[in-house]
Amino acid sequence: MAIFLTKESKVLVQGMTGAEGMKHTRRMLAAGTQVVGGVNPRKAGQSVDFDDRGVPVFGSVREGMEATGAGVSVVFVPPAFAKAAVIEAADAGIGLAVVITEGIPVHDAVAFTSHAKYAKGGATRIIGPNCPGLISPGQSNAGIIPADITKPGRIGLVSKSGTLTYQLMYELRDIGFSSCVGIGGDPVVGTTHIDCLEAFENDPDTELIVLIGEIGGDAEERAAAYIREHVTKPVVGYVAGFTAPEGKTMGHAGAIVSGSSGTAQAKKEALEAVGVRVGSTPTETARLALEAIGG
Amino acid sequence: MDLYEHQARELFEAHGIVVPRAEVTDSAKEAREIARRLGGRAVVKAQVKTGGRGKAGGVKLAADPAAVEQTARRILGMDIRGHRVGKVMVAEPVDIEREFYVSYVLDRAAGGFLAIASAEGGMEIEEVAAQRPEAVARIPVDPKEGVTSAVAARIAAAAGLPERTADVLMRLWQVLVREDALLVEVNPLVLTRQGRILALDGKVTLDDNARFRQARWAADTVEHDDRLEAAAAARGLNYVKLDGQVGVIGNGAGLVMSTLDVVAGCGARPANFLDIGGGASARVMADGLSVILSDPDVKSVLVNVFGGITACDAVADGIVQAVETVKPTRPLVVRLDGNNAARGRAILDEHAHPLVHQATTMDGAAQRAADLANAS
Repeated sequence: MAIFLTKESKVLVQGMTGAEGMKHTRRMLAAGTQVVGGVNPRKAGQSVDFDDRGVPVFGSVREGMEATGAGVSVVFVPPAFAKAAVIEAADAGIGLAVVITEGIPVHDAVAFTSHAKYAKGGATRIIGPNCPGLISPGQSNAGIIPADITKPGRIGLVSKSGTLTYQLMYELRDIGFSSCVGIGGDPVVGTTHIDCLEAFENDPDTELIVLIGEIGGDAEERAAAYIREHVTKPVVGYVAGFTAPEGKTMGHAGAIVSGSSGTAQAKKEALEAVGVRVGSTPTETARLALEAIGG
Repeated sequence: MDLYEHQARELFEAHGIVVPRAEVTDSAKEAREIARRLGGRAVVKAQVKTGGRGKAGGVKLAADPAAVEQTARRILGMDIRGHRVGKVMVAEPVDIEREFYVSYVLDRAAGGFLAIASAEGGMEIEEVAAQRPEAVARIPVDPKEGVTSAVAARIAAAAGLPERTADVLMRLWQVLVREDALLVEVNPLVLTRQGRILALDGKVTLDDNARFRQARWAADTVEHDDRLEAAAAARGLNYVKLDGQVGVIGNGAGLVMSTLDVVAGCGARPANFLDIGGGASARVMADGLSVILSDPDVKSVLVNVFGGITACDAVADGIVQAVETVKPTRPLVVRLDGNNAARGRAILDEHAHPLVHQATTMDGAAQRAADLANAS
């Protein structure tokens, strides 16, 4: 099964004809993703060759959906145009828009995530922005997560951070994953830890959930409250940022600590209080996951 | 990017919010002249990006231009919570009748902005919020609708503010939206004895991601007090100086933060945070390593890279370049995994620099780097 993305998913790439879009479309195709088209109004009707496969370019998301039945869009459009691109995808009623673009103004993220809640009856789930996307190993890859780290398996993973996702996928590569979702580290994101916990809880192929958090905001604390009420599957956690100084931003716009709330310690305690085993390093987290899954 | 009070004041003024007359200077002599222009009596306010300024003695009323000069001389150069005062604002004094609090702040959980307002503004607003939350109104703003006159009136009424403050609430929303701010705060918003509504002090945080469309402040650079942070910023690197001995460099903010924690768990303290980002070239790696190796506090360096998009062979090339140009005297521990890791490791093996050690795991690499730092 996997969550949000399966081998049946037909994928459009908004911004496919740009440098990043080209590079990652090639990788997605190599990973077995059904990339059925790109979107660029100025290059509509053309086709782009990826090795031996031609991928058509459509003038709009709606045209691409009508022609191919696509239900997923991966967005590589530059920051200045990303808001319009995501709103276009939501207005076309696409099921999933994965926004890889980094550096989108927060006001734009607020605009498109709130727009998507109402457009077409809330048909569109947004993942990101500023995220590595998601992969259901052996089935499909929508974004920039390396496809060759691990194989299909029983663990579901959700994380704000890209490279920590890769690190945990690597540590647990012999067990494998149902889906790995990088939700992005920006202050406003379309899909939260809680959305992923709910989906993994309902996914019959997922036996264990790995939740990776980092300092800033209170998403992990809210995830902990959700786990207590709704999650029956074992959850193993990891939180980065114990040594981050107060008030300094370390890369992700979301990773800002102010005062006591949002600290790594507070998040770890909140998760442990609801029975989540939290590792002190990625490697220890992987060991806890192995113990929990009996692998 | 956080703005200084005087910059926030300028933005408020540009959007039609009434502020006290004031000028900013780095010279005590000039402060005297400003006071003369303002009519003699004036408030001297330290310009620092931290709270608790009043309690630290950074805000003083002076009776005449000579006293303003003296006060400015005392405040300039003062250290307030680790921030050196480089400039003061000299402002006309205001007869305060009442103090209010108004702000718009990002509510991450809701994915939108929240209006926060209270009829009990001033220095104690945080205590008011903690002890009597009912005295602080919190109202989510619909991002599509924004703050119309009806919405502004609703916010003012909910907080028990005079109706006339609704105009400020609308204008403050314009500051937030048009300037791409993540936080706009007026504290206090005052009602003067003469019946005027004035924004006496304010805080604005701008969204760095919006630089590309904000001509007014796009050219402003973030000021770095730290020499190494300035050098790193000049090379476009995401670097934060910390107070330990193990230099840390890696790819991705999450992995680097995690690496700092693992180093701390191994009994040493990280000297910095440095994220070379995704898909970094050899050049970026070499630049990053040069910055770290120019830090005299660094006793050992830990390079922790999990190549997703980043190719480990490019990282290894960058390490070799940096080692050849900087000629380090302190050891480096390198852990490479992921994309092209085998080629990266082979490059380092071939180069066989006596100070460059390879490790096969993240924890092992951190332990080695910590031990090397502690042994030196």
